[in-house]
Amino acid sequence: MLCQICGKNPATVHFTEIHDNQMSEIHVCERCAEEKGMHASAQQHKFEIADLLAGMVDAMTQTDEERVGHVQCPRCGLLYSSFKETGRLGCSECYAAFQFQLRPLLRRIHGDTRHRGKSPSHGSAGATRTRQIQRLHDELQRAVEREEFEKAATIRDEIRMLEAELQAERAGAEGRS
Amino acid sequence: MSTPAPRTIDELFASPSPWLLGEGPHAEMVLSTRIRLARNLREVPFTHRAREEQLQGVLASVSAAAQGSVAFRDGLLLRMNDVSSTDRQVLVERHLVSHELGDGARPRGILVAPDARLSLMINEEDHLRLQALTPGFQLSEAWALGDAADDELDQALEFAFSEEIGYLTACPTNAGTGLRASVLIHLPALVLLEEIQRVLKSIMQVGLNVRGLYGEHSEVMGNLFQISNQTTLGRSERDSIESLERVTRQIIETEERARERMMRDARVQIEDKVWRAYGTLRYCRSIHSREVINLCSAVRLGVAMGLPGLCPLRVLNELLVLTQPAHLQRLQGGELAPADRNIVRADFVRERLAAAERDTGVNP
Repeated sequence: MLCQICGKNPATVHFTEIHDNQMSEIHVCERCAEEKGMHASAQQHKFEIADLLAGMVDAMTQTDEERVGHVQCPRCGLLYSSFKETGRLGCSECYAAFQFQLRPLLRRIHGDTRHRGKSPSHGSAGATRTRQIQRLHDELQRAVEREEFEKAATIRDEIRMLEAELQAERAGAEGRS
Repeated sequence: MSTPAPRTIDELFASPSPWLLGEGPHAEMVLSTRIRLARNLREVPFTHRAREEQLQGVLASVSAAAQGSVAFRDGLLLRMNDVSSTDRQVLVERHLVSHELGDGARPRGILVAPDARLSLMINEEDHLRLQALTPGFQLSEAWALGDAADDELDQALEFAFSEEIGYLTACPTNAGTGLRASVLIHLPALVLLEEIQRVLKSIMQVGLNVRGLYGEHSEVMGNLFQISNQTTLGRSERDSIESLERVTRQIIETEERARERMMRDARVQIEDKVWRAYGTLRYCRSIHSREVINLCSAVRLGVAMGLPGLCPLRVLNELLVLTQPAHLQRLQGGELAPADRNIVRADFVRERLAAAERDTGVNP
């Protein structure tokens, strides 16, 4: 089968398009697919987020949806409605600007909304320590579940030490202010 | 790594990537292990919303920061604007850059560390995509590489981060750790015995994702599956990696048991399939890349089961990548029509296997 666009090369890329409930198949060569931007990855990427969002806005009324769509990021100017189309946020500030819309989406994607991983060194020392303690608590729980009691004891000591340091820091900060 | 650091793109392509070496734990089943970390600069809009000059700035500051680190010192920086479209595609086939970075239209780049297991895509979907790609099944090693490089970059750059959500990424599916850990695993016995669907279903039930050889949305070829973590928020990097490690070990065991069963019940049929595949590769005169990938899968199974006289794993890994279209075009020094490509590919495969037979002194 030859490419339906250039009619020269063999068609190796096959798409199924659905428009108004009409299914049509398109067969093109790799080059034309690339030129026309018919890249499966980009398209499907969009659909995934769009699908997730579609399921969520079902619960909203039309006016709700319009109102939410007009929420705009003050820094980069991205409208929430464009995020819904592309699945991509505009800048780091968008996370704060759309936080009420994003929280349920993040929960739906990840099953959680709270970061438990590593953090940059630029964060405040206290915040870093708090997260470290939290992470150690998670590890402690896992060690106990696996009955690795020696490891658990080491982790517990580490947590106590960090908590003591954190308290000392806080006391110091209060003393200064 | 023993090979000297590549200084030009030609030198980079001259030696096969480390992940193709066929080394490391479980190399007969797990081709490679990859760790990817997504990071963005706090002050600049995400790549798709940033202006040209902002992206130039990102490219300059990130590459300067990286070249000042121990991990990337003396690394090779390639600006996509300066790289020919064939070479960009070669980088994609080597798993060094993504399709998105490979389009080359905006100020994007890749920095390859001297030992070539570590690389950094700049201005992909996120400003930074740090990647550690190791041969075999080595999740902790790959993580250690990526984590250390990330720590170094963090000293020099201010990443977009929030206490609650973690590292902020252009797509909310990566927010949190920004981590994608994956293994590329060969599961022919589970496919042949039609048990793969059940296994894939259970993989997805525990929150992992399955893809084909060339990442997101690529189709599964040659019984090669890429298994990775799905979520990035709510669990630590170590947690995600441990769960991928645990599940991968279970899959390896399941595949091993399936292979034993297969060899017990149908040894001759399997050996026949393996040797016919080898014969086709060794003597073909025109061959499509998909066929190479599928035949290599059968030969790989034979090597893994210890059938004597087949080629080393490294050769099979190389064939998988070096016979892709852009690699062949580079080899020929010009564009090739698909029909010619199949002929050039067949020549390359035959010669590579003949050389391996000479090297090992085995003549099957």
